[in-house]
Amino acid sequence: MTIQFNRFSFTYRSQSEPTLRDINLTIEEGERVLIVGPSGSGKSTLAQCINGLIPFSYPGTWEGDVLINGIDARTLSLFDRSALIGTVLQDPDTQFIGLSVGEDIAFALENKQIARPEMHDTVERVARLTDVAHLLTHRLNDLSGGQRQRAALGGVLVEDANILLFDEPLANLDPLAGSEAMALLDRLQRETKRTLVVVEHRIEDVLSVPFDRMIVVVDGEIVADGHPDDVLSDGSLTRAFLREPLYLSAARWADISIRPDDKPSQPEAFLDRFERQPIVSRLTTQTLPVPSEASPSLELDHVSFRYQTDETVLEEVSMRCEIGTLTTLVGQNGAGKSTLAKVLSGYQRVTSGQIRLNGTDVTKQSIAERATRIGFVLQNPNHMISKQTVREEVRYGMQALALDADEEERRLEETLRRCGLYPFRNWPIQALSFGQKKRVTIASILVRQPDVLILDEPTAGQDYRHYSEMMDFLERLKQDGMTLLIITHDMHLVLEYSDQVCLLQAGRIRYAGEPFALFAQESLLRHAHLKQTSLFTVAQHLDIEVQPFLHSVIQAERKERSQWE
Amino acid sequence: MNTFTTKQIVATGVGAAVFIILSRFAAIPTGVPNTSIETSYAFLAFMAILFGPVTAGLIGLIGHALKDAILYGSPWWSWVIVSGFVGFGIGLVARRINIEAGGLTTKGILLFNATQAIVQAIGWILIAPVLDILIYAEPANKVFVQGAVAATSNILTVGVIGTLLLVAYANTRSKAGSLKREA
Amino acid sequence: MGVEMLGYIERPSPVHRLTGTTKLIGFLLWTTATMFTYDTRVLLLLGLASIGLFLVSRIRFREVRFVLVFTALFVLINAFAVYLFEPEQGVVIYGTRHVLWEGIGRFTLTAEQLFYLFNLILKYSVIVPVAVLFLVTTHPTEFASSLNRIGVPYKVAFAVSLALRYIPDVQQDFRTIADAQEARGVTVTHGPLLKRAKHSLNILLPLLFTSLERIETVSNAMDLRGFGAERKRTWYNQRPMTRADYLAIGLVLLLTIFSFSVTFYDGSRFYNPF
Repeated sequence: MTIQFNRFSFTYRSQSEPTLRDINLTIEEGERVLIVGPSGSGKSTLAQCINGLIPFSYPGTWEGDVLINGIDARTLSLFDRSALIGTVLQDPDTQFIGLSVGEDIAFALENKQIARPEMHDTVERVARLTDVAHLLTHRLNDLSGGQRQRAALGGVLVEDANILLFDEPLANLDPLAGSEAMALLDRLQRETKRTLVVVEHRIEDVLSVPFDRMIVVVDGEIVADGHPDDVLSDGSLTRAFLREPLYLSAARWADISIRPDDKPSQPEAFLDRFERQPIVSRLTTQTLPVPSEASPSLELDHVSFRYQTDETVLEEVSMRCEIGTLTTLVGQNGAGKSTLAKVLSGYQRVTSGQIRLNGTDVTKQSIAERATRIGFVLQNPNHMISKQTVREEVRYGMQALALDADEEERRLEETLRRCGLYPFRNWPIQALSFGQKKRVTIASILVRQPDVLILDEPTAGQDYRHYSEMMDFLERLKQDGMTLLIITHDMHLVLEYSDQVCLLQAGRIRYAGEPFALFAQESLLRHAHLKQTSLFTVAQHLDIEVQPFLHSVIQAERKERSQWE
Repeated sequence: MNTFTTKQIVATGVGAAVFIILSRFAAIPTGVPNTSIETSYAFLAFMAILFGPVTAGLIGLIGHALKDAILYGSPWWSWVIVSGFVGFGIGLVARRINIEAGGLTTKGILLFNATQAIVQAIGWILIAPVLDILIYAEPANKVFVQGAVAATSNILTVGVIGTLLLVAYANTRSKAGSLKREA
Repeated sequence: MGVEMLGYIERPSPVHRLTGTTKLIGFLLWTTATMFTYDTRVLLLLGLASIGLFLVSRIRFREVRFVLVFTALFVLINAFAVYLFEPEQGVVIYGTRHVLWEGIGRFTLTAEQLFYLFNLILKYSVIVPVAVLFLVTTHPTEFASSLNRIGVPYKVAFAVSLALRYIPDVQQDFRTIADAQEARGVTVTHGPLLKRAKHSLNILLPLLFTSLERIETVSNAMDLRGFGAERKRTWYNQRPMTRADYLAIGLVLLLTIFSFSVTFYDGSRFYNPF
């Protein structure tokens, strides 16, 4: 089974410019192909041309050919293609259509009118393959993120499709679940020899299993296509503003040349390129931040929370965030991170315990009172946006404050400028990119001038460039005296940006303090589904201290980013 | 039935779920007993214009029947049927308004409102009371008063909130290409 | 969230063991029977039978109490409203007039009215235990296949299954959106009516756009797994009909026929003791 693109271009019906231009690409049977590219590059469009959503669900102008096994793809209906190509979408929750795991896995078989006994056999076989056999009667809400992903995979595998296509499979997974998902894909591909196409921008995590080819898409064109070792050595990733694996950043910082022969796609092999002495001499001694004398902004004192009937969700949580610091909140899905954010911002009432803000007890305040002091930015911007233009939406944030018109106007303009939204102030929000929408929701909170800002996964699903823009923006807020609390799965973010990290597990704080010290406790990390980044591996390999090493690499990365326009 | 697309089926299912949640949590009591502003009908009318008569009719039927069943134990069939009728009836002008392609004109808004008013009047003042009399032998004046109150409240709700939903939706369809950054 | 909704209750009982199809047919026949009849004897019989079924199902009263209490309240208020509007509806129906109390103005009290109201309450009440039972003993995954088996097109049946699947998700969306609004000081739970109506738009719009997005991704996911191309489909959760199923359907059918014949034996839906 081959997929072939010949001089292919595609323009969505609603757009004037082509999203894909002059694509020439052949994917051979049994190949493992990784497609990377920044947001909006067209990499997902490419995937949709393979699985048939284009042109069947998203019509547009189609030039050139896409051939699947030599057959013009346009002549194959979505139904025909579902037997050839199995797609796992980005968000396993939306892909989960059935009321139970078993029913969901069986979905494609039901559509093919497979008789019930045979269907049950197939479902059980596949469920064993993806390790969800013990969950067949469970509903979506009973599953962890990793289990959801495996159920979704099962639902695709039942069809025996020859090509498996994954659209950002790691987007919703914690670090450990992510590496488990990749290991499962790896094993399945080895056993079944299917063609594997993965679209992802978390390159380091994806490359934890070997790929035959790596394709870089930028602005609708293929700018690199070759073995991962070649692509990782030729600088295409940095030119495309993509994040290369961290150990390669480290290598470039240490002036170690990256050549295909060094196998840069395999961290274990590439480790040998690092030598201790030259690196030690390069380490900049970091001035450790003096344990600050700053006064506490937000304090939690034995806060517990439970829903009316369920078991306790938060148990005796105590922590403190100081003024002008950034705290990250980590832990696996369901550990209580979002609940903690909701309790802090007043969306939920604590069952017991006390919350203090700048020394005052705010536990009993109503959600509206609390929200003017502690702003909470939800993960999904669509949950917050209710006006049609940027300006209206940000102004709407102030509506309960009863400010006079001049003050309102002043704050509005200041906030829009601060968030980089001023040029877009009269745009309809639906015309903005995901990252810009997110910024609008932050602006509509900032305009109330809160003391504390809580953000639920502000960088989720964003490419390196947007990620850095967001984090640099938040860092500026911090320097202006804002206290920030950020929920994240991104371990490098924790290390690069946070002054304090809190690890939540099953509703309890298991660690609160300096980030580097957390990463030294391996068993704690494993239990909480977290992972060390590859920079730790390098440091351990060289037997050097982690902290100055990380710091140096991060500084080098920042310098590089400052040259982006 | 084969022209019933996957998108319409999903719109039916998810739409029914939204209808249920809105009737349960977003009904605003007016102070008049047993009468509230049912935002769920504004949503139903919106879905009717977006997805057409069959989808909206089914959203009304399934949404209302499931809502009654889950919350009160048993569907109130006479009113369930009317919800289906209202969705279907308003959906009949979906093609003429054609919000996806043509946006929303003043004429479209007038047509939408004339239709929803007529359809709801027939539904609440005629069909619902007659069914109540036939099935439950309730007194005519009681069920007609009930029907008239429901009709007034729902026609107003759809007229105001439903129209605003359509306008807001039509505004999002504007072309991104026409936008310029401002200094 | 603290909102009680009826849902499946797992229990080893003969009622649970029946297929969803059987229970659906039973529920529909039962509903039809109670819809047509106004015969006190039939209503009493159906009422007793439904209480019997309830006992067999091993569902405990307190598990569904909130629904029953709610319905009882509604039925009583409704009966009271009927009285207010038409204090002599019973007289019209039964054709005689036994005054028990002359009352005040038009608000008289007749034996016929009392008997009519009693029947009205009975009629509304008889259906509830069976409907509740149907809901709490049928696993949601069996709903769609059961509807399909009794002749509902599978695409419509599947829409019902999707509705059940997405109620919790939409509820979660709604809660989150409403909370985010409340954090801005916007609330629909109190304040002047017009303001609340205006504010409700701020919740409706985000919910609308979130739901439209959901519709798009879910329908893509279904298309990609081959939904809807064939004229029929099979169901993973359909169970084969057993002897007990046919027996149960037969019994309900008999009961229905019996209630129809008693009801319409003398050409009137009403049993007239006067």
